[in-house]
Amino acid sequence: MSVSPPTLSPAPSIAMSTGEPEANHLSRRRLPRAILRNPTALAGLLILLTFVALAVFAGVLYPQDPLDMVGAPLLWPGQDPEFLLGTDSMGRDVAAGLAHGARASLLVGAISAVIGLFIGTLVGAIGGYFGGVVDDLLVRLTEFFQTIPTMLLAIVIVAIAEPSIGMISLAIGVGSWPTIARLTRAQFRSLREADFVMAARSLGYGDARIIFREILPNALAPIIVTASVMVASAVLTESALSFLGMGDPNVVSWGNMIANGRELLRTAWYLTALPGGAISLAVLSLNLVGDGLNDVLNPRQRGE
Amino acid sequence: MPLLSVESLHSGYASGHGILRAVDGVSFHIDKGETLGLVGESGCGKSTLGKALLRLVPSSQGTIRLDGTDITRLSRRALRPHRRRMQMVFQDPFGSLNPRQTVHSLLDTALKVHGLGDRDERRRLAAEIVQRVGLPASSLTRFPHEFSGGQRQRIGIARALVLQPELIVCDEPVSALDVSIQAQILNLLVDLKCDLGLSYLFISHDLSVVRYFADRVLVMYLGRIVESADHASLWRAPRHPYTRALIEAVPSTAPERRRIAGAIAGDLPSAVQVPAGCRFRSRCPLADERCAHQEPALRQVAAGHAVACHFAEPAPFQNIEPQPRKTL
Repeated sequence: MSVSPPTLSPAPSIAMSTGEPEANHLSRRRLPRAILRNPTALAGLLILLTFVALAVFAGVLYPQDPLDMVGAPLLWPGQDPEFLLGTDSMGRDVAAGLAHGARASLLVGAISAVIGLFIGTLVGAIGGYFGGVVDDLLVRLTEFFQTIPTMLLAIVIVAIAEPSIGMISLAIGVGSWPTIARLTRAQFRSLREADFVMAARSLGYGDARIIFREILPNALAPIIVTASVMVASAVLTESALSFLGMGDPNVVSWGNMIANGRELLRTAWYLTALPGGAISLAVLSLNLVGDGLNDVLNPRQRGE
Repeated sequence: MPLLSVESLHSGYASGHGILRAVDGVSFHIDKGETLGLVGESGCGKSTLGKALLRLVPSSQGTIRLDGTDITRLSRRALRPHRRRMQMVFQDPFGSLNPRQTVHSLLDTALKVHGLGDRDERRRLAAEIVQRVGLPASSLTRFPHEFSGGQRQRIGIARALVLQPELIVCDEPVSALDVSIQAQILNLLVDLKCDLGLSYLFISHDLSVVRYFADRVLVMYLGRIVESADHASLWRAPRHPYTRALIEAVPSTAPERRRIAGAIAGDLPSAVQVPAGCRFRSRCPLADERCAHQEPALRQVAAGHAVACHFAEPAPFQNIEPQPRKTL
């Protein structure tokens, strides 16, 4: 070393300052608290949790098959304390139907979102990370699937295969992954040039480790937000399918409850209004949770 | 044999208008235990050069030899053992650390990937390196956002050191830090170099930093080396008008000091359409007819002093008063 720095003291060991962390950053532990402080997100979360609880405990609350005739037909809500929300034209308990229907709707929503997330994240991550020919091919594939309306694809798949919860979820998932793929690809394209990814490469990390351990955790926030909206649209698609009579005929769903009540709309409107309200409320709650997550996870986009 | 030798390296990016030649035929070497400074203004290609050396951006032509081994075209797998020997410290202490990993995980993963040590051994190594860069061992369980800029840069240095490399490319390691913190980090780098026998390629646009740090200095302009000299003679007698202008631009403690007329003005020309002749001629106070047609080659003008300028000899400038060394 030809240069000596006489005026400089040797490197001091810096005492750890416990100074305030960045306001924007949210660690895993503080995420729940941030959601609780956001009133819309909290409202959405509470409604959603109510539906989830209803779906989980449907078998305990209404142990009987919701498709069984249990009482007199067309009882109005409140008319008979045994059937709080009334009965339909076949004497089936509407409340039991709503509870079991929540199970079908949320299950389809969750499974299809998981399928869509899995395919979309994988396709987007690989395309965005590697670029080049691989990316071109995957973008074409994504665009191809994006041009097919999810509803149409679901109808075709369900019409060919038997209409079960699993098959409906698969159909919706296969139709909805392009959104996730495009989002993930955009995230990966910007993050792959980040310094911490450069550092990982200079340390000799493999591609899989860089994709899943370095980039993906940092790309996850907008993907999670989109996923919650995806669940909402899957719930809608499932309801539409079963309204059209293409749902699983052995499972009560909000969609087929509406379909059954449709003919009695003028005399017993509650038969369509109750499951319709349930759909709206569930979709609303998922959107509120999505918005709340967006506020919490992307603080820079918060309205000024 | 030099630790690292680079011959006519080219590296660039495809842009909308053509190929941006960020590094356009650069040759140099770094000896063991040497600190080589690389200076130039923003956009001259110095960061790209640093990244090309580590194979983080592809090189289109030329060779990079690490201890005699040509690593320019090695496959990923074959490159991995060589990766250990060269590491990088980045400019931005915020962007260069994965915000989702604790300090321990940042250091531990590197050791794990290279199959070094078992769990306990790795834990010990991580604790050791963290203390070596002046952070308490308790930092290991924390996330990067819990640290200040200077502390984060220490973590970045710890990560570069954890594989025990011989050469560290420092890409503007202090330019994002407060001046008071800069001195601490520079001192840390000096100490580490002495203790661990490291070599540095020290990239900076700040001459006062390089002046304090480097044994030998390369001056880069628009993808090429325009002057290369040992520390002392570069400052005493800069031969290239660009070097001269850079030195002039260092804020002086003596404001009455004479400035050269027509000091550098304007911007760096486009690296997509490199001007014919001398690259610097559009901004050069000395440029004439010859500079428009003939590109000056980098040639030896004195022992260990090479310049790419038609007017390099005899020295076109009178010696400037050696300034007292800046204390940071």
